[in-house]
Amino acid sequence: MILKNSWVQIHKILLLPEERTGSLPPDTKKVPFEMWDKGFLMNDAKMGDVVKIITITGRIIEGTLIAVNPSYMHNYGTFIPEILEIDKMVKTSLFGGDDQ
Amino acid sequence: MKNDNSYEAVINRKNEIMKAAVGIDYDKYEIDNISFDYERLMKDTGYDLEQIKTIQYSHGVGQTPLKELPNITALARKVAPIGNGARIFIKDEAQNDSGSFKARRASIACFHAKKLGFKGVIAATSGNYGAAVASQAAKYGLKCIVVQECYDSQGIGQPEIIEKARACEAYGAEVMQLSVGPELFYTFLTLLESTGYFNASLYTPFGVSGIESLGSELIEDCLAMTGKLPAAVVITNAGGGNLTGTARGIKKLTNQKINIIGASVNLKGLHMASDHDFNRKSFTTGHTGFGMPFMTNPDRSDVPRSAARPLRYIDRYVTVNQGEVFFITETLVALEGIERGPAGNVALAAAFSLAQEMKDDEIIIVQETEYTSAGKHHQAQLAFARSNGIDIYFGNPNEEVAGKSIILPSRIGLIKAVDLDLVKIKQSAIKNHVKNWQKLTANDFAFLIAETNSTPDFVRQTLREQNVGWEE
Repeated sequence: MILKNSWVQIHKILLLPEERTGSLPPDTKKVPFEMWDKGFLMNDAKMGDVVKIITITGRIIEGTLIAVNPSYMHNYGTFIPEILEIDKMVKTSLFGGDDQ
Repeated sequence: MKNDNSYEAVINRKNEIMKAAVGIDYDKYEIDNISFDYERLMKDTGYDLEQIKTIQYSHGVGQTPLKELPNITALARKVAPIGNGARIFIKDEAQNDSGSFKARRASIACFHAKKLGFKGVIAATSGNYGAAVASQAAKYGLKCIVVQECYDSQGIGQPEIIEKARACEAYGAEVMQLSVGPELFYTFLTLLESTGYFNASLYTPFGVSGIESLGSELIEDCLAMTGKLPAAVVITNAGGGNLTGTARGIKKLTNQKINIIGASVNLKGLHMASDHDFNRKSFTTGHTGFGMPFMTNPDRSDVPRSAARPLRYIDRYVTVNQGEVFFITETLVALEGIERGPAGNVALAAAFSLAQEMKDDEIIIVQETEYTSAGKHHQAQLAFARSNGIDIYFGNPNEEVAGKSIILPSRIGLIKAVDLDLVKIKQSAIKNHVKNWQKLTANDFAFLIAETNSTPDFVRQTLREQNVGWEE
């Protein structure tokens, strides 16, 4: 059970594929138009329930409950060794290499 | 009575919604068939340079340092013809509150919203502008909603946009995230209508005049540091506001000719509304996918008449490839000890190439940088591209195919800004203006000359080709 007033994220389909506008590339036209937003849960609920939330600006909106205390998990990604190659190239060009 | 919120009904109410949400009656500025009084719109509804500076300097915006990049200049001179290699400077806009020049635009929009008594502001943006509006809204006690195009249909978010969502939420905004598609505009309109908030559009006179201080400061800074004016200013171009505002600010300080050069990342071949292509580009703004359509049709924006009209000011428009921008972003770290976000370095990549065409006693200014962090870093962007199957390797960047490869230059001399044909772009802009008209008035004719910063002969010739009549 997820308690009322928990900080949560919801998801909602705003437009089904057949409701989307005409001027779209075919790949986009095949998929729904979706929305995600966050807010305080207005009633106790379970994950996957359709719930109402109050957003940080005070709007009341509805959608499927998908996360509690949604976190920021973005990062710097897996290491890209080419970046070291760039450093070597520009530093050698400007200041000379160790072997020069 | 409850409004009809169907797609068609909302789009049909667009003009009345916008009029209420920006507080400007655009009809007042219309002249004849295609013309409107741009300067009067800017004068009536904008703020003058002194007012702009006063508002900004008391709200954490502006007075950013202009920095010379001696090592990057020296590197350019290594591959430039003897006697060439202009001194390269950057205006370190990352030091504005919220980390980009967009704070200048947001500061005036939020000041104005507060003055008019709005309770909140809304901006539709996946970029730095969201963080800028959220940061400024926090200062004025305004509520803030940022609407982002963020995820593809697999629910995969662009790392840079996810970071922007974090920043917006950190500044207290509500962030509504959407999947790929132009219906964002519909959602945006329904939000404006249901909240009654101010539309902090990038394309109002407030959003554009706020950048005039940047153009003015870079001239003042350059004179103070070097005793002379820059020969060229390079400006990353997407919706055109950055270029328009900077150029207007420069012109308020000096009558001397300074080359205004726009630069965009070349994303040719990628469809901006494609669910598949969405996560196969490494730049979410500053690219040709916005730069070209907004330059040839500025009024495609979210207000009836855009205040961003780059063709009026641009002298030259160049593109660089993604690999070149990532390379120069790392070079800025390696040689100058300045770590900044890649999207803010588009103009720097171009300037590195353009400086090599210029004399070594000339000055070229890159007018922005942006903050960097998780997601919004060349390391993160390259890692995301590699995970999406984009081939990353050293070679000749001009062979890069957007959405398939990112080619880092294998030699420094391979970084080359490529010119776009401004004559064709101007012809295309005129065609867009006249497409629903057979006959133009003398006012319309004069408007087209100003819009394209061209000559009567050029406009006459283009109108003849379009079989459109006109008066003079």
